[in-house]
Amino acid sequence: MDRVAIIGASMTQFGQRDAWIRELLAEAGQAALADADVSPDEIEHLYVSNMASGEFEGQTGVPNALAHDLAAMPAYTARIDQTSSSGGAGVYAAWQSVASGASDMTMLVGGEKMTHRSTAEATDVIASLTHPVEYKHGVTLPSFAGLTARLYLDTYDAPRESLGKVAVKNHKNGVDNPHAQFRKEVDLDTVLDSPVVADPLRLYDFCPITDGSAALVFCPESVAREYTDDYAVISGIGGATDTHVVHERADPTTMGGVVNSSEIAYEMADLEPDDIEVAELHDMFTILEFLQSEDLGFFEKGEGWKAVDEGVTDRDGDLPINTSGGLKSKGHPLGASGVAQVYEIYKQLIGDAGKRQVDADVGLACNVGGFGNCVTTTIMESR
Amino acid sequence: MSDNPPMEAYRYPDGSITYPGHPVGPGGEEPVGTVDLSDYTATVLTWTKSTATPPGVRQPNTLAIVEFDVDGEPVRAIGQVTGEDEVDIGDEVRPVYCEELREPGAGIREPASQEWDGYRFEPL
Repeated sequence: MDRVAIIGASMTQFGQRDAWIRELLAEAGQAALADADVSPDEIEHLYVSNMASGEFEGQTGVPNALAHDLAAMPAYTARIDQTSSSGGAGVYAAWQSVASGASDMTMLVGGEKMTHRSTAEATDVIASLTHPVEYKHGVTLPSFAGLTARLYLDTYDAPRESLGKVAVKNHKNGVDNPHAQFRKEVDLDTVLDSPVVADPLRLYDFCPITDGSAALVFCPESVAREYTDDYAVISGIGGATDTHVVHERADPTTMGGVVNSSEIAYEMADLEPDDIEVAELHDMFTILEFLQSEDLGFFEKGEGWKAVDEGVTDRDGDLPINTSGGLKSKGHPLGASGVAQVYEIYKQLIGDAGKRQVDADVGLACNVGGFGNCVTTTIMESR
Repeated sequence: MSDNPPMEAYRYPDGSITYPGHPVGPGGEEPVGTVDLSDYTATVLTWTKSTATPPGVRQPNTLAIVEFDVDGEPVRAIGQVTGEDEVDIGDEVRPVYCEELREPGAGIREPASQEWDGYRFEPL
């Protein structure tokens, strides 16, 4: 079977941008086409990962707008919305389009424009994914994180400082990412003394609100060889859901969508968790890095905090996690984040990650929507 | 008997109970009855005090996930904690009716699309 390859990638500067959604998408799309040395008229399928351009900006129909702006007509287009995991779901859609034989050249562009909204407004747009019994109580994604963090610390006797160390690590990694929103180290005291947002979590336990876009170009491996020697392949991919109502989960410290999507991806790739050499996890909140690192099988349940504490997940550790700086430092433009995770793994696997480079031939990206409601896990290998 | 609307959970043929109710339960079957959770007390599983609240929501907003024991069947719910008091894991609470938990229309959701009253949890 012809494997699905990624032959080009780009990401814009993440942060507070003057550009609006159409401009952000076009910026990343053009750069990815240039990186892959593919002309717009070669694109057969064009997917846009985006959660809420209508709600944030009043701009809908973004895939068609992008096709026009890139002169990619008559490419088939579709918008992929899976809340915060729209990017991962877009990777899945792009992989499907090539693996099925429907397209020999597919581009995925993920993006979101958010910073023109106040924190309260942006939080509410994101919280609109919740069930009515949650929404009417003012439940937000950060409050889910606070609820889960308290339960995790209590259940596994983990120190509060361990969560802070995730922020310290990912900020340190972000310093070397030229596209990251925050390129500044923070120390543990700064994290632990920052304002409370959702007790026991504080400001530095949360990712920022971000504008940005990222793009990937996919094709069959047999076609990839015509374009470049520097490509990576998707060897496994899985998607899964968990309950919409978060409190109905049997164990609130386990993300069933991560467990199930990764099992599918590992089986497809014929790999085990121990085979993964670098990973990008969805650290929208520091607690999520613990939960995912355990539910992906990297560490035993309740032991993820120890791995961070012992430096296992540092860039020079046995399993580097979030070499890009993660959502925590790089930023989280909703629809772009899952695409940017794969961008980072792609760069690592082709040896083009600059100062962030680690020694890896197998990488994994885990993109989480809602509070674990929808998840895509992607495993990639160097050629 | 209270005039307040019930805190209605659904019971399914396999004995499971969910709050809120769903057209199909965890076992794949349609509900066979309801339970009014406002008749029961619950135990706090976890809680948080949220200081960054969205439009129309009190600030700060203390929230808890609680677990009811309905004749041996565990049922969880999420909701606001009364007042600004903090609670602890393991505390016992009772549901207290509130006519308006957040201001309808202040946020992005269409006011007519859902109910805005419900039950807060009061520490005992």
